[in-house]
Amino acid sequence: MISAFFIYNQKGEVLISRLYRHDLKRSVADIFRIQVISNTDVRSPIITLGSTSFFHVRHENLYIVAVTKWNANSALVFEFCYRVINIGRAYFGKFDEEAVKNNFVVIYELLDEILDFGYPQNSETDTLKMYITTEVVKSERAVEDSSKITIQATGATSWRRSDIKYRKNEAFIDVIESVNLLISNTGTVLRADVSGQILMRAYLSGTPECKFGLNDKLLLDKDAVTKSNPLRRPNAVEIDDCQFHQCVKLGKFDSDRTISFIPPDGEFELMRYRTTENVNLPFKVHPVVNEIGRTRVEYKINVKANFSPKLYAHNVVLKIPTPLNSAKVEVKVGAGGKAKYAPAENCIIWKIPRFQGQSEFTLSGEAELSAMTHKKAWSRPPIAMDFQVLMFTSSGLLVRFLKVFEKSGYQSVKWVRYMTKAGSYQIRF
Amino acid sequence: MNIASRPKFFTTNKRGENYELKAELNSEYRGVRKDAVKKVIANMTVGKDVSGLFPDVLKNMHTEDLELKKLVYLYLMNYAKTQPELVILAVNTFVMDTNDTNPLIRALAIRTMGCLRVEKIIDYLTEPLRKCLKDDNPYVRKTACLCVAKLYDLNPELALESGFVETLQEMVSDINPMVVANAVVALSDINEASPETVVFKITGGTLNKLLHALNECTEWGQISILTALADYKAGDVKEAEGICDRVLPRLQHANGSVVLSAIKVLMINMRLVRDANFNKNLVKKMAPPLVTLLSGPPEVQYVALRNINLILQKRSDVLSNEMRVFFCKYNDPPYVKLEKLEIMIRLCNERNVDQLLSELKEYASEVDVDFVRKSVRAIGRCAIKIEEASERCINVLLDLINTGINYVVQEAIVVIKASETAGIADIFRKYPQKYEGIIPTLCENLDALDEPEAKASLIWIIGEYASHIDNADELLSGFLENFKEENAQVQLQLVTATVKLFLKKPNENQDIVQQVLQTATTECENPDIRDRAYVYWRLLSTDPQAAKAVVLSDKPPIEDEDTGVSAALLDELIYNIGTLASVYHKPPEAFIGGKRYGADNVQKAVAEPAEEEDINAPPPQIQAAIKNNDIGNLLDLDWDDPGAAAASSSSQPSAQNDLQDLFSPSSPQQTQQQSPVAAKPKSNVDDIMGLFGSSAPAPVPQTSGFQQPMFQQSPPQQQQQLQQNLFGGDLLFDTQPAAQPTSPPQQQQKAAQNDPFADLF
Repeated sequence: MISAFFIYNQKGEVLISRLYRHDLKRSVADIFRIQVISNTDVRSPIITLGSTSFFHVRHENLYIVAVTKWNANSALVFEFCYRVINIGRAYFGKFDEEAVKNNFVVIYELLDEILDFGYPQNSETDTLKMYITTEVVKSERAVEDSSKITIQATGATSWRRSDIKYRKNEAFIDVIESVNLLISNTGTVLRADVSGQILMRAYLSGTPECKFGLNDKLLLDKDAVTKSNPLRRPNAVEIDDCQFHQCVKLGKFDSDRTISFIPPDGEFELMRYRTTENVNLPFKVHPVVNEIGRTRVEYKINVKANFSPKLYAHNVVLKIPTPLNSAKVEVKVGAGGKAKYAPAENCIIWKIPRFQGQSEFTLSGEAELSAMTHKKAWSRPPIAMDFQVLMFTSSGLLVRFLKVFEKSGYQSVKWVRYMTKAGSYQIRF
Repeated sequence: MNIASRPKFFTTNKRGENYELKAELNSEYRGVRKDAVKKVIANMTVGKDVSGLFPDVLKNMHTEDLELKKLVYLYLMNYAKTQPELVILAVNTFVMDTNDTNPLIRALAIRTMGCLRVEKIIDYLTEPLRKCLKDDNPYVRKTACLCVAKLYDLNPELALESGFVETLQEMVSDINPMVVANAVVALSDINEASPETVVFKITGGTLNKLLHALNECTEWGQISILTALADYKAGDVKEAEGICDRVLPRLQHANGSVVLSAIKVLMINMRLVRDANFNKNLVKKMAPPLVTLLSGPPEVQYVALRNINLILQKRSDVLSNEMRVFFCKYNDPPYVKLEKLEIMIRLCNERNVDQLLSELKEYASEVDVDFVRKSVRAIGRCAIKIEEASERCINVLLDLINTGINYVVQEAIVVIKASETAGIADIFRKYPQKYEGIIPTLCENLDALDEPEAKASLIWIIGEYASHIDNADELLSGFLENFKEENAQVQLQLVTATVKLFLKKPNENQDIVQQVLQTATTECENPDIRDRAYVYWRLLSTDPQAAKAVVLSDKPPIEDEDTGVSAALLDELIYNIGTLASVYHKPPEAFIGGKRYGADNVQKAVAEPAEEEDINAPPPQIQAAIKNNDIGNLLDLDWDDPGAAAASSSSQPSAQNDLQDLFSPSSPQQTQQQSPVAAKPKSNVDDIMGLFGSSAPAPVPQTSGFQQPMFQQSPPQQQQQLQQNLFGGDLLFDTQPAAQPTSPPQQQQKAAQNDPFADLF
């Protein structure tokens, strides 16, 4: 499987190098540097040279590289690279050259633990943090402790200690949705879908069994048969697909679509889901962009918030591309935020810090173009939009309940928050 | 510890630092010693030779400090091989550690010992390993499992004789799921290393245990169990259905690799299930998770897309209504965009072709030249795939030609020509006015045509429609002025187009054809062009009617140029879903040398005791290779045997192909597919052969020299080309494939070989 693992900085200097199998030599690191880092035209994340394959992922200013000589499981290798990044972030806050250099000892310890003979082992951050810490660990620390750790690391609930105690038992649920939208230049919706995440912060004592309910259409339809309560049905959301944290009992979900689990302690991503039906687009954008002759482009962009006036969107940003040869760009926005031309990015950046539901704003502008020697047409990249809307879900998803069962029978407090933000929200014009 | 107060370990080094380190390693203060070890590790990481410090580092091994111990172990793993004598000194500590009360330390010791790879230490390894395999603590057991695989890698006989492999087989039934997973991993690893000794075979009994462990072990464990399950052949339909049912919930896992591994198991077992409804249901459940993989990071998306491509070839119904999700985002990386394009073409049908066309037109205005070209080409492929839409496709192409962007125009011309050969020429015959209408547009861009492929295509179009184009002779003579400077491909097309022009308008064009054939036969060095000119010349002078019959014969329509893999390869690749093979769409043998060619073995074979591993500077061969920037060579030279190097041998010279398509009789495979059509071009060949005064089978002895290599190693791409040339070409001389089969960039670096179908030719 993975024969070697390297981390390089942007210049191609090796920051971390670990060989797991002996079918290649350390000097293989040079080959990657020559072939990929110093090569400007790399068109694939997997490069095979001779019989050696390099998988690489870029993160911040690092190259994370796994090398193999086998017909390795590529999906696994990339998932593993991203896992390393996540563990790094959980440990050091940020996983960049600075962090790697300052913590290389811990990283080597981690790499020794999460990958053995090229096969990934336990990579749960919470468990790892119990025995690989940034502080010095003495081996005289209670042996029982270690036994507990190892039992947990290999057990059926490898993500949770058994002796957690909280005075106040609380659970926070954040539903975060990213809306992906692509609108053609004629105004038709080419694709609109929502990818959502349900994040949970669980501060619960003991070994709590949680049951979690959504307004999932499939589940409610099934209920409706028994309870025959058609009033609820319009609110149901059709979930195309969902994935769960490994604590969720997948077998149970598969049989009766209930989400039950023993949560890890602290923050984790409980589930991810995707919907494509009935997506409520929070913003409608009407762009009118006219190229007048070869010297001028006129813009008239209208944005309307399509949600309840009781809600506000924050950090709304529109990036409106301008031709590469724009010489002078003038924009007017009236009351709606601020807009300015950013020549470095070849676009007009229009920021609206607070955007009330149902309101609308218009930007009008004009770009003067300088003469060009070659007459290549302007490729008109799409307008990209960014925003956040609190207490609003584009898919209409709602958390119906979260039940916590623990043998001591304590009461717990649950909080739910919703947020919709822009994924890739693009409008062609 | 805040960052400012941290000692800097990655500082620049002066000469003689090793001496300082040596002193620090022997310091009486623990803190100093530990920092010194850290510095040693930092030096090791950047590739400096610190093997000289071996005894000094070793002294720090016996310590209470777990972190320090791990560092020393890390050092040992790297340098044990350079100092085999001294490693013996460490053995005692290792053996003591495997008896430690702390399970973490026991596991650490057994894990590290397995990585040392020093023959002398093996004897000391067996006893602790035996004990650890029976340890009470599952963490130690799961670590020991992998240690058996390490031992087997080093000394297979010992691992078998001491009964470790047997113990592993028993451990597949361990109560702890992690131990089960690692036992499976270790056995699969051993199996892969030496497939001849079947050490791991899932039986009905273990099957249930594995399916049970699947629910409880970590994501990585699930992947290894699923991978092992994929190799299990279900005994009957019921069992296959059972496996599918148990594996199905894995599709909801957050780890994309688990999902792909589960899909692999499903795809394999589905073939056994006869119940169409059951399969339909599975297919329905597989689609959403596949789409979800596209919301992952781009690299995972890439792997997923390549696999979706394979899955679609096997089960075209999986994502039939999901084309929109494959629309490219403006900021997708190029490798993702190109793969999405492939899949969109696969999914396109009468219902969604309009949508796809407007999307492709959009892509044609993007910046990335390669992507734009592929998009334009995709329009042509749509035209071939969906006949009803071909007219709309051509309209889009004409729109694109009007944009005047150089590379778009060139690509569009190539595509129009390709679509022509594909038999949709009817459109042009139906609307000659329209077609003539674009000729001026094309001619405006004549100067811009600098690519031989585009030029050749335009010339072909002029020749083909000479009767519709009034000034065809002018256009052609424009090209003929520079005949000698042109690329061979263009020259060939010029000769053919002129002959066609002459046959269609014999009265006005006698001079021009005379002149071309004269130049081609007397002044051209290239035998292909010379021979083609001779063939035409004799044909024309012997019997102009026969010439007409040959040159202007109807071109048989070719099927959609299918970029898919052959059925046999596809079956093999289904077993490799998620792996590198599935990304490359090639059998694993094509790009891995196998474990037998590991660095160790090559070293043994070469018997170079002086060669050291991990020294500061790369060995001389590497240095030389780096200088030449000859990387393929570098890799193979360094640790591959020459046999494996064949994998990267270059493709055959194209001249061979040309000869090949002239002479090779149609293969059985081709005749099967296209038997009604096949007869015709073949008879054309016979005609020409007759002119040469030899009977059709006669060329065989002439070409036997070429056939040999061709038959053994013909890469799939060339086969396709060959197929097209045989059937779709004008007079069989076309060196031009209708549209180049698209392939991921790396494929071009290496010639594919060992296609199972190669033998058919």
